[in-house]
Amino acid sequence: MSDLRSNETRFLEDADAIAQEIPDGASIGLPPDYSPVAMAVVRALVRRKARQLKLIGVPVLGLCADILIGAGCVREIETSAVTLGEAGLAPRFTAAAEKGALRIIDATCPMIHTGLQATEKGVPFMPLRGVLGSDLVRHHPDWKTIDNPYSEGDPILLAKAIVPDVALFHARWADEAGNVWVGRRGELATIAHASKSCYVTYEERQAGDMLEDEILAPGCIGSVYISAVAPAPRGAWPLGVPGMYGIDDAHVQAYARMANTAAGFQQYLDEFVLKPVAA
Amino acid sequence: MNYAKEELLAVTIARLIGDARHVAVGAASPIPATGAFLLKQQNPALRISLLQKRSGNPFTEGSRELFDLAGQGRIDVFFLGGAQIDGEANINLVAAEGKRFPGSFGSAFMYFTAGKTILFREEHSPRVLVKKVDYVSAPGWSPPEIERRGGPAALLTGKALFAWQTEKRRFLLESVHPGGKADDIRANTGFDYDMPAQVPATPGPTPAELRLLRGSVAHVIAENYPEFARRVWGEARPTATT
Repeated sequence: MSDLRSNETRFLEDADAIAQEIPDGASIGLPPDYSPVAMAVVRALVRRKARQLKLIGVPVLGLCADILIGAGCVREIETSAVTLGEAGLAPRFTAAAEKGALRIIDATCPMIHTGLQATEKGVPFMPLRGVLGSDLVRHHPDWKTIDNPYSEGDPILLAKAIVPDVALFHARWADEAGNVWVGRRGELATIAHASKSCYVTYEERQAGDMLEDEILAPGCIGSVYISAVAPAPRGAWPLGVPGMYGIDDAHVQAYARMANTAAGFQQYLDEFVLKPVAA
Repeated sequence: MNYAKEELLAVTIARLIGDARHVAVGAASPIPATGAFLLKQQNPALRISLLQKRSGNPFTEGSRELFDLAGQGRIDVFFLGGAQIDGEANINLVAAEGKRFPGSFGSAFMYFTAGKTILFREEHSPRVLVKKVDYVSAPGWSPPEIERRGGPAALLTGKALFAWQTEKRRFLLESVHPGGKADDIRANTGFDYDMPAQVPATPGPTPAELRLLRGSVAHVIAENYPEFARRVWGEARPTATT
């Protein structure tokens, strides 16, 4: 894992080169399906037979997790949900969970955000309202309830700081200075800030330094957080990049049908993952 | 009058939202979204924050902003469902009887922090509406020492509408959807609830509401829930200009 003090963004050749750098056993912070997911790297992780990964959904997981779970890459997940949205249940996740073949740490969305925000600030925990009385609190290994030190008789829940080994996502642009532009997708910045290393695929390379541009800068994640970037045109497919291309709903529906059986899932891998695909 | 079940549920949701100023709609909730956008046609000042809005999404800080807004008390109405919902308004989104469901999403937080929550689940069966949930994703009520701004207001299903009675911690059967019978509701509900001597029918959509639903509302829903819109309003969905 990279040293947090010496992050100089490296420019890698492609998604497979990123997959080579993500070690077996790593914990990976991932965005939801409606935020750009580095699907090209997910497919490359399946091709390189990654094993024992821990996936952290920020705050939920979708198609990428279902594919990685189905392909045997995943040991454990922490997430608020795994869903294919309108395409319904995530079939390989559901099958693995019902067989007891996957360790699942159930969370709720803002507790994941809060745990990552604690890491952004370099503090060991951060409090959040609500949640008390949910069975999530009983089962989660890292949550504790304390009395509000500023007000007596006021129990409040603490999220332990979450530190993913790797942040992994897709962006519209990367520039020559190693910055990436993600627009309004703030959870990507949160994941990048909180993780020990950060890998980003991008649609297009921009000349120069986007931080010099007052319009672009607020949508950027600065290179200080970025370990490496690699080009992956249409790299979020079959998911989308807001403002560029939408989610390929028909493909996700087809995936949901195929992945309902182990054989159908293997057929999906053969067709769309194990051989290079023109998206 | 001919209308789809989804249209009846959407107009009922619009009435339940009432005079709220800010309603938020979470993941995979096309019918609550339809109800909210219908109400906005009648009350343009209503603010709708649709988590999954594909273009023109209301959030600029990413997916945590919805929860930060709720935590501050900026959201009046939210919607939650459940693989199981029990008579104390606890909801279970995690697992029951060996079956795994997607997970709790933001429920354990939003149920506390939104001003009021409308529980919505189309399936009305003893399998869903249980005496006691197998797993509490989010509790229906909290003891007095727990800080809690909001909680359940109502439970809407494909067969009936229940009101939540905060003091009694019990549901009250408020209306049965047209064509249904109170006996059938009792037989299909796994928890006990209160009931008036005469249970009215849930009012259906008016012709004006149907026109809005099938026009501008269908268009905005089709952009964000394409499968749902195709199922309810067909392939030839209206365009923005109709």
